[in-house]
Amino acid sequence: MDLPHHGHRATKPRARTGPPAGDPLLFDDTSSGGPPMSSQGYYNSGYNMSGPPGGGGGGAGVNNLFADPMANAAMMYGSSIANQGKDIVNKEIGRFVSMNKLKHFFAVDTKYVMKKLMLLMFPYTHQDWEVRYHRDTPLPPRHDVNAPDLYIPSMAFITYILLAGMALGIQKRFSPEVLGLCASTALVWMVIEVLAMLLSLYLLTVHSDLSTFDLIAYSGYKYVGMIFTVLCGLLFGSDGYYVALAWSSCALMFFIVRSLKMKILSSLSSDSMGAGASVKPRFRLYITMATAVFQPIIIYWLTSHLVR
Amino acid sequence: MAFTLYALIQAVILGVNAVAVLHEERFLSKIGWSVDQNIGGFGEEPGIKMQLINLVRSVRTVMRVPLIAVNAVCIVLLLLFG
Repeated sequence: MDLPHHGHRATKPRARTGPPAGDPLLFDDTSSGGPPMSSQGYYNSGYNMSGPPGGGGGGAGVNNLFADPMANAAMMYGSSIANQGKDIVNKEIGRFVSMNKLKHFFAVDTKYVMKKLMLLMFPYTHQDWEVRYHRDTPLPPRHDVNAPDLYIPSMAFITYILLAGMALGIQKRFSPEVLGLCASTALVWMVIEVLAMLLSLYLLTVHSDLSTFDLIAYSGYKYVGMIFTVLCGLLFGSDGYYVALAWSSCALMFFIVRSLKMKILSSLSSDSMGAGASVKPRFRLYITMATAVFQPIIIYWLTSHLVR
Repeated sequence: MAFTLYALIQAVILGVNAVAVLHEERFLSKIGWSVDQNIGGFGEEPGIKMQLINLVRSVRTVMRVPLIAVNAVCIVLLLLFG
């Protein structure tokens, strides 16, 4: 009889169909079992409420096991090891990625998400594209609708993968490997795009405050357009796909150009060099336009095979 | 084009190997891309060519030793698993 370990939830459905006749016996066993230690009593009653359907005999065996201090000590040791492992992992991750900065990008609320999604689909009426600052640090996305966040891109990425699986399933072309392939393809394209952006920003010595996470965020906003395009393609067929592709491409290009213009091109005002100034602004404009033009190409590339 | 993460890793390793192999004296001087031929002014912002030269030099300096290890691991894995 194997232990009902941490699968508390896994055994709950069984408890609902468990034999009620066995329950009084189980409760009687716990109340009379050994020296009353509070944590042990909690564990025992918890496991009895979601008891195995084996009935009284199996239940008595379980009670004896958890009344045994050795098993209890082993469980505590295991949980302390797990906590230590968790701390080590957090520390190692904290060496590569600044957790505070990452938390800043996930500080969103519902209002911000709604407004941002509306902005991604219809950016033409938005007036003020400046990112607001509060004493030299950018405001978190909760307070400023223009700030980039990482919540929408990551959720949109996962939704896109699920939607791709569903679209392939509708066309009877689904297999589990395809999901992984789709995910890694999209991820690789995003990595390539972020690396290309970083390289071009470095080569043109653009002193903007665009960090890597900002670029990942701006690069991930295209997944919202992709989801919209694939949905329209599934619902309305091939015509709907092309109409939605045109719409979301234009909206996304406008959004990217307006957002990046503030960051990349606005640092022009600090440059007052004579000879360099004639060459630089053109290249910065080229970068912004290239990023914008890249978005519809990628949207088409990653979604056309889903809507056939 | 269906990329896997493994294809990306392979492409990155090949690219960084290519950059690390460019020798300063024997090759880059011949095409005028070495550092001592291109010392820019002091207060000006460096142009694209200077930034590229700096990038190549820093990639070579940083990645020389780790590349030895990464390439060795890659060779062993490819020999074992094809």
